[in-house]
Amino acid sequence: MVNVQQALIFAQEHGETDTAETVLDPGLIGGFVWLVPLLPILSFFVILFFGKRMRDRGHAVGILSIGAGLLISLVSFLELAGGRGTIERSWTWFELGAGDHPLHLEFGMNLDFLTAVMFVVVCTISLLVQIYSVGYMHDDSRYTIFYAMLSLFTGSMLFMVIANSLLQLFVGWELVGVCSYFLIGHYWEEKENSSAAIKAFITNRVGDVSLLFGIWALFTLSGTFNINDINHMAQEGDLGGPLAVVAALLLFGGVVSKSAQFPLYVWLPDAMAGPTPVSALIHAATMVVAGVYLVARMFVFFEHAGGALNVVALIAAITMLLAAVLAIVQDDIKRVLAYSTVSQLGYMVAALGVGAYTAGVFHLFTHAFFKACLFLGAGSVIHAVHSNNLSDMGGLRRYMPHTFRTFIIASLGLAGIFPLAGFFSKDEIIGGALRSASEGDQAVAWVVFGSAIITAFLTAFYMARACIKAFWGEYRGHGTPHESPGSMVTPLWILAVGTLTVGFLGIPVIGPFQDWITVPGHEHHGFSTFYNLVLPVGSVLVALLGIYLGYLIFYRERWRYDILAGPFAWAYRFVENKYFLDDLYLNGIVNPTKGAIARATYWSNQHILDGAVNKVAAGTVGTAQVTYDVLDQQIVDYAVNGAAGITGLTGGILKYIQTGNVQRYAAILFGAVVIFVVLLVLL
Amino acid sequence: MGWIDDWGVALATFLPALGAIVLLFVPSVQDRTVKLIGTISTFLALVAGILILFRFDYGRSGEIQLEVDTQWIPTIDARYHVGLDGISLPLLELSLLVTFLCAIYLWFHVPEPGKVKAFFILMLLLETGMNGSFVALDLILFFIFWELVLVPMYFMIGVWGGPRREYAAVKFFLYTLFGSVFMLLGFLALYLQAGSFDMLELRSQGIDASRTFQNLVFLGLFLGFAIKVPMWPFHTWLPDAHTEAPTVGSVLLAAILLKMGTYGFVRIAIPILPEAAVDFAPIIGILAVIAIIYGALCCLAQTDLKRLIAFSSVGHMGFVMLGIATLNDAGVNGAIFGMVAHGLITGMLFFIAGSVHERYHTREIGELGGMLARLPRFGTLLTYTAIASLGLPGLAGFWGEALALLGSYQPGAGLDPVLFRILMVGGGIGTILTAGYFLWTLQRVNLGRHPEAARLHPHARIIDVQPLEWWAWAPLLVLILAAGVYPKLVLGVTDGAVQNVLRSFGG
Repeated sequence: MVNVQQALIFAQEHGETDTAETVLDPGLIGGFVWLVPLLPILSFFVILFFGKRMRDRGHAVGILSIGAGLLISLVSFLELAGGRGTIERSWTWFELGAGDHPLHLEFGMNLDFLTAVMFVVVCTISLLVQIYSVGYMHDDSRYTIFYAMLSLFTGSMLFMVIANSLLQLFVGWELVGVCSYFLIGHYWEEKENSSAAIKAFITNRVGDVSLLFGIWALFTLSGTFNINDINHMAQEGDLGGPLAVVAALLLFGGVVSKSAQFPLYVWLPDAMAGPTPVSALIHAATMVVAGVYLVARMFVFFEHAGGALNVVALIAAITMLLAAVLAIVQDDIKRVLAYSTVSQLGYMVAALGVGAYTAGVFHLFTHAFFKACLFLGAGSVIHAVHSNNLSDMGGLRRYMPHTFRTFIIASLGLAGIFPLAGFFSKDEIIGGALRSASEGDQAVAWVVFGSAIITAFLTAFYMARACIKAFWGEYRGHGTPHESPGSMVTPLWILAVGTLTVGFLGIPVIGPFQDWITVPGHEHHGFSTFYNLVLPVGSVLVALLGIYLGYLIFYRERWRYDILAGPFAWAYRFVENKYFLDDLYLNGIVNPTKGAIARATYWSNQHILDGAVNKVAAGTVGTAQVTYDVLDQQIVDYAVNGAAGITGLTGGILKYIQTGNVQRYAAILFGAVVIFVVLLVLL
Repeated sequence: MGWIDDWGVALATFLPALGAIVLLFVPSVQDRTVKLIGTISTFLALVAGILILFRFDYGRSGEIQLEVDTQWIPTIDARYHVGLDGISLPLLELSLLVTFLCAIYLWFHVPEPGKVKAFFILMLLLETGMNGSFVALDLILFFIFWELVLVPMYFMIGVWGGPRREYAAVKFFLYTLFGSVFMLLGFLALYLQAGSFDMLELRSQGIDASRTFQNLVFLGLFLGFAIKVPMWPFHTWLPDAHTEAPTVGSVLLAAILLKMGTYGFVRIAIPILPEAAVDFAPIIGILAVIAIIYGALCCLAQTDLKRLIAFSSVGHMGFVMLGIATLNDAGVNGAIFGMVAHGLITGMLFFIAGSVHERYHTREIGELGGMLARLPRFGTLLTYTAIASLGLPGLAGFWGEALALLGSYQPGAGLDPVLFRILMVGGGIGTILTAGYFLWTLQRVNLGRHPEAARLHPHARIIDVQPLEWWAWAPLLVLILAAGVYPKLVLGVTDGAVQNVLRSFGG
């Protein structure tokens, strides 16, 4: 208890205590939640340096550290739910300057429901992924480094989530990025995979730079990096004007790349090059939701930054629709899921954009369960058939009963069928958009509403297609598929049960989720009060329609129609080529920069800049020659002796070096310095 | 320990030169003795440096400490005036450490054509020159140390260098000498105007002369320092010098020598001529951002690993110069942090590039590949250092760049914020390109498949990191992480001194 007391005193002395939300009762364990990010980071170093010597090649350390993290997260979550207040603590990182604009940089922790929910999600998914990987990665030659990186990946994400200052958040944000680079490029023998890793990192770097500039702008505007302070200032109306809008849009630039929004989502489907458990982790918990979290964390600021949220909502509405269309035409099962993630991230970001804050966070929460389940299920399938392609699968429900059942549950969850998790969260988003549209009379909210409905239909359709192609019909691959081992199936069932149950946390009116995640800075409850039966029934019908259409086309094969022969061939090609966005980046930006522009720059370096230097040198030598021939030889004859002397000396030094007579050389060197000093004195 | 106050700086500066003198009397056939004496000299200097760390009062890091000021050449008022503040201390320590590590590395590998003794003597003389440059507070003393550095490096490149060593050595020597002539003219002009060679005195009394005069003097100093940094477009000696220099030469060149130029700006040009500095800052900033982007683009075009790293130095020093050009706390502190970080990281990169050459007998990126598979430890070090160099938070490369960019967002008094925000965006694009060429290099060198035995050089000796290499490199690797996680390690020392420098601007 002494420790808690000290922590309290410390928090009072160092914490930002000017906001009413900061209640200084950390409870038994709340004061120690910083252990949650710290344990996996330590585990990274332990596995990295000692993992190879361990009998289990390091996975136990990773699993135990994240398990402990999950335990602490759950306890602190329960404490929060039991009425303990939020906690903020901070320590000085460094300070620069004095006077009017000192740069005071802190790192610290911020524990509220948003943090706690994220912690539970990240730790749960990461734990299951790490258990699953024991089986999945068993024969991998880089098993140890894989587990080390999983730990660092998780730890960085948690470090980002707990941050109470924007710069700390940025550090975690970039560390997540570099870990994803290593994990996506895990099978780096093949160039394709390491290229995908580079693509992910560079695309994210573009957004990171934007985010960093946003942080600088915000710091200049507010004089602090502290997130709660910034939100508080925005609430009070102290952060306004065009610069606030610019700062908000720059922050959102980071979200666009990290959370794979249009037009920077291109890296995410390629990120499938990594091992499948990594995909599950990236898509469900540790990477792409970082951007959603950032908007949620800075929500009050975004809300008060002019029309910034409208831009956020619009981009997200475009994203969810475009990605859902792409998911329909993929043959690679992981790419179907990848575009599905992009589309679902669009839902989350759009929810925040239209002010349906609680719904957005809730969708992040539920999506983690069914998407992780889908990816791990896809991994199980790939493990069995040794191919990613739907065209190599078929009829798998007979060979892989557990994978089949869990995959179907998760698919229904994603499609938003009552009473699975996705139903509750997606419906809240659609409801929130409708409320915002009808109350605020905002065109953007209508766009989000329409886009969300269409996307719900498309989601059900492409999942029906994927499920039918993989699990029904005749097996089209090689060999005989088999069910995966228990260490892989167990996580699938845990996640499937999660998909079946977690939605009930968010039942309108009575579900507790809306009491946990309340809209910061607002009086009213998190969930839409605009709730009636038309919307949920309607959205389920839309989803069922999508599934039925998928059933007709891909199971009953009602319409055998060659789209490439029809009048819409151009549209199909447009979609098949991913709207040519990748080509635009690759052939319009990356290749010219790497190729022609780089070569031209280097040419100018060698021939213009360096050419000038060499010309000057040659010119000097030429002038010297003329000087010598004309002036010296004919006019100041006696100086020739001096010149000869110097030449002789120089030649002498070189000769000594080459003969290895170093004493004399060094003596000459010292002599030269002495002469130089004497000359200076005489000057 | 009080004696350190009087003698510490002198010991750290002159012990290596003393070692060089001792080495003169050792027969050159006794390789071991030569290496031992050389290493001990650098080690003793480092010990002096560590003792200085204990005596330094970090609460007053803005003031000159461990100061010694005695008469030296009375006819021109040149004094032996040395001392340390928060700006010079980290650079002195960096120089002491890196030279010591180079000495250790020489136990593992002496470049062709051998001649250990000569090499050690040159390196020790070089160290005295570098250390002296960072502690001198008298312009003439500074100039002597500055020039002293040229000669050993000239011979290091010219004798132990690669195929084009003579061209590279002469180019390095003449180009730098060309710049230092203008620098010396600037010093003399300051003396004639203000009657002193003392940096502190010049700074406190200010230069009472027309703006034109100040700008002309600044231009002279600028040429001297800018060539040394090197700033675009004066950088073309650097890739040649780096490519041809032996490993240890490249390391010292990148880690320490380049810093002398940027240090000159912070220590001499800016505080003594603050008004001219405000006039020049936009030009410096523009050239710096050109260097960042231009350097990165040139990196993308390289096929030689060492030359690529040399060009990366151009870009990184661009960030340092951008930080200096902002003339505010964040920027200048970021610049000094960037100098230290670049010293650690690029020093390490040149160690690695040199070692690649010593193993594979080639530096052509196209002839390498899959190093991480064949040499897992070596490959991991390359990955780690490259990732640090591209500015990942948590490692040293981040803070210098980030603070320079922050400084540009809101530059110091009298500077145009619009221009500097454009420069900031340019710098941001530079960080993306930097990530691009480093990851691309890693892909080509580290990843993929290792070349088959038949395609390797006949003398290739493919071995993973050796014990002596670990000893020489571990301190750099640890410091890269330490400075990244706990930037206060550097910034806590520099901030007071930077505030003092910027006081000239009424800040």
